[in-house]
Amino acid sequence: MKKVIEGSMAVAEAVKVCRPHVISAYPITPQTHIVENLSQFVADGELKAEFLNVESEFGAASVVLGASATGARAYSATTAQGLLLMVEVLFNIAGLRLPVVITCTNRAVSAPINIWNDQQDAMTIRDSGWIMLFAEDNQEAADMHLQAFKIGEHPEIMLPVMVNMDGFILTHAFEPIEFIDQKMADEFLPPFKPELYLTPKNPLTFGVLAEPDWYMETRYRLQKAIEASTDMIEEVADQFKKTFGRYQGGLVEKYRLDGAETVIVSMGSVVGTIKEVVDALRDKGKKIGVLKIRTFRPFPKEAIYDALKNVKNVIVMEKAISLGATGILYDEIKAALYGKPSQPKVSGFIAGLGGRDIPKESIMKVIEKGEAGISDNVFVDLKENLIGGK
Amino acid sequence: MTIEKKEKEEILESQLAPGHKACTGCGLALAARTVMNTAGKDVIVTAATGCLEVFSTSYPQSAWKMPWIHSLFENSAAVAAGIEVALKALGREKEAKIIAQGGDGATADIGIGCLSGMFERGHNILYVCYDNEAYMNTGVQRSGLTPFEAWTSTSPSGKVSWGNPTEKKNMPAIAAAHGIPYVATASVAYLKDLEKKVKKALDIVGPKYLQIHAPCPLGWAHEPWDTIKVAKLAVQTGLIPLYEMENGVITSVRKIAKKAPVEEYLKLQGRFKHLFKKPGFEKELERIQAMADATIKKFNLM
Ligand code: SF4
Repeated sequence: MKKVIEGSMAVAEAVKVCRPHVISAYPITPQTHIVENLSQFVADGELKAEFLNVESEFGAASVVLGASATGARAYSATTAQGLLLMVEVLFNIAGLRLPVVITCTNRAVSAPINIWNDQQDAMTIRDSGWIMLFAEDNQEAADMHLQAFKIGEHPEIMLPVMVNMDGFILTHAFEPIEFIDQKMADEFLPPFKPELYLTPKNPLTFGVLAEPDWYMETRYRLQKAIEASTDMIEEVADQFKKTFGRYQGGLVEKYRLDGAETVIVSMGSVVGTIKEVVDALRDKGKKIGVLKIRTFRPFPKEAIYDALKNVKNVIVMEKAISLGATGILYDEIKAALYGKPSQPKVSGFIAGLGGRDIPKESIMKVIEKGEAGISDNVFVDLKENLIGGK
Repeated sequence: MTIEKKEKEEILESQLAPGHKACTGCGLALAARTVMNTAGKDVIVTAATGCLEVFSTSYPQSAWKMPWIHSLFENSAAVAAGIEVALKALGREKEAKIIAQGGDGATADIGIGCLSGMFERGHNILYVCYDNEAYMNTGVQRSGLTPFEAWTSTSPSGKVSWGNPTEKKNMPAIAAAHGIPYVATASVAYLKDLEKKVKKALDIVGPKYLQIHAPCPLGWAHEPWDTIKVAKLAVQTGLIPLYEMENGVITSVRKIAKKAPVEEYLKLQGRFKHLFKKPGFEKELERIQAMADATIKKFNLM
C-alpha cells in the first residue's frame, strides 16, 4: 500500500514495525517529528514499547545503551548538536557491541547555529565503530531501518547502526511511501535474542577495565566485526528484496556507470539531483554516471574501486569537510584508489553546507571543473561578496 | 592473626569478591561490599567510572558476582534507567532490583544531569553515592562534595589559600527536592545502620538516593587502619549527619552521644594538615567547628 506521507512519518512507521522495546529521545530539530510520531503510536497503544523522554541526548543514548545491554531492541533519533552530545556514549555503545539503531537527520553543526542540512554531524562519529548508512530518499530511509536492526543484531556483527537521512530535505518532504506490512516485517526481522545480556540468571560483567595487555585486541575484534558487516549488509539487502520486492540497501549504488568516463560520487539526497543531471547529459551522449555511497562505514573500498577503476574523472561532491584537511569522502575515495593498478583523476567539491541549495547548474559547473583538471577542496557556490578581506 | 573458618566463608560468599585491587583500608570497598551483600544476588548493578570500577573489573577478572555494567563516568543513572525500562518492556521486571552506583564526582558533578532525570522520571532504582569527597581515581582532585578547606591536588593549600574554598554541595537535599520517596545518608563507621538503610530503600518502589561517607586513606592521607575511626569522628563531630528523609521529611537521625571537636577529626588526616600550620589557623578551625555545630542544630543531632 502506497501513501503520501512525510519522511519522518515514514521512518516512524518503519521503526514501529521493527517492534522496538525501548525508545528514548530528546527533542532537536529536524529529528523531532520522528519521535513525536513514535510517542503517539505508543500513546495510542499501536506500539507496545517504553518511550522515555530524557533530560538530554546524552541521556537518550545512555538509556538505549542500558536497554540494549538488558536484551531489549532499542532505538533513538538525533541530529547535529544532539549527536555531538551523544558522542561519548556512541563510542561506548559500539565498544560494548550493542546493536542499537539511531536515526541521524543530518544537519549542520554550530557555530554559527544553523538547523539546515549538511552531513558534518555524522562525520564526527565515523571513527566510533558504528555502521553508517545514508539514504537518498524516504523510501530508502524507511527500509534501511529494518535492515539496520537485522544487520546490527546478527550474532557475528553485534554493532550499532546509524541510519542517516538529510534533515528537512527528507525528513520534512512528502513522498509516496510503500508501507511495510507488519507480518512481512516480522518474518524479515525476528525478535532480538542476544546471547549475552544483563540478567541475574547468568551474571556477567559488562564494560570492564582493559589494561594495555588487553585493550588492543578488543579494538581489533571491533574492526573485524565491522569489516564482516560489509558482506552482511549486502546479504541483508538481498533478503530484503526477497521479502519486500525492492532492493534498498547494499554498499554502493551504481547509476549509469556503463562505459562512464566521468563519475560523480556522493551520499544522501543530493544524489537524486545528480542523477537527473546525469540523465540529461547521457541523453546528449555524454559518458557519465553516478556512484552513490550508501554504506559509509564500513567504507566499501573494494566495491568503490571496482566501480571506479575504468573511469577517467572521479568527482566527489559532499556536504562536510574535515577542517584543515579536505572533504572526508574525497579523502577516503582517493585512499581507496591509491596503490591500485588503475588510478582515475579525483576532484573534491564541498557543497550545500548549512542547507545551501545545490541547483542542477551548480552540478554542471562542478562536472566541467572536475573534468578540466584536478580540483581540490572547492567550495561550490561560495558568495565571494560575503567573504570579504582574505 | 588467623581468619576464623566462619569468617573465611563469609568473605568468600561476599557479593563483591575478595581479591580486587582497592587500596588497603579503602572505605569505598567496604561500603560497596556491604551494599551488595545486603542487596543479595537478584540485582543488576551499574557503575560510574571511578575507583570502584577500576579496582574491581580489571579484565579478565571481575569481583562482581551479579550482572554488572559500567558505561561512562556520567551516565550510571541513565544506563540504570535503560535497564529498568527494558526489564519492564520485556516482562522481566520481577527478575532483579536495580542499583546504580557512582562516586561523589560522578554523582554531584558530571553525572548530576542523568541522575536528576532518573529521579524526575520516577525509575525504580536505588542510586548509591560513595562519597569519599574527591576524585580519587585520577589523583585526588576536588569535587563538589569535597569539604571546606580540604587539600586536594586542585584545591591545594598555599601561601594565600586554605584549601578548598567551597562547602560540600548538599546532594541529599538536591535529591530530596525531586520529591523522591527515600533519601538517606550513611557511613562505613555504622555498617548495621547502612544495611538497614539499603534494605529499606530496596523495599520502596521508586527512586532512592543513598549517600555513604567512605574515607579514602590515599586521598585523605590517614592511616589505612584508621578508616573506621576517621569515619566515626566525621559523624560524631556533626560534620557528616546521618539521617533518613521519606517523601521530603526527615524521619530519623542518628544522635551523637558525645560530641567530638572537629580538631580531633581533622588532625587525623593529611588533607587538613595545613590547618594546623599557618598563622591564623585557629580562626579557620573555628569556622569549621561552627559549620559542625550548625549541622548538629539543623538536624537536631544531640
Ligand atoms: S584511592 Fe581511595 S577510594 Fe580509591 S581504592 Fe584507594 S582508598 Fe579506595
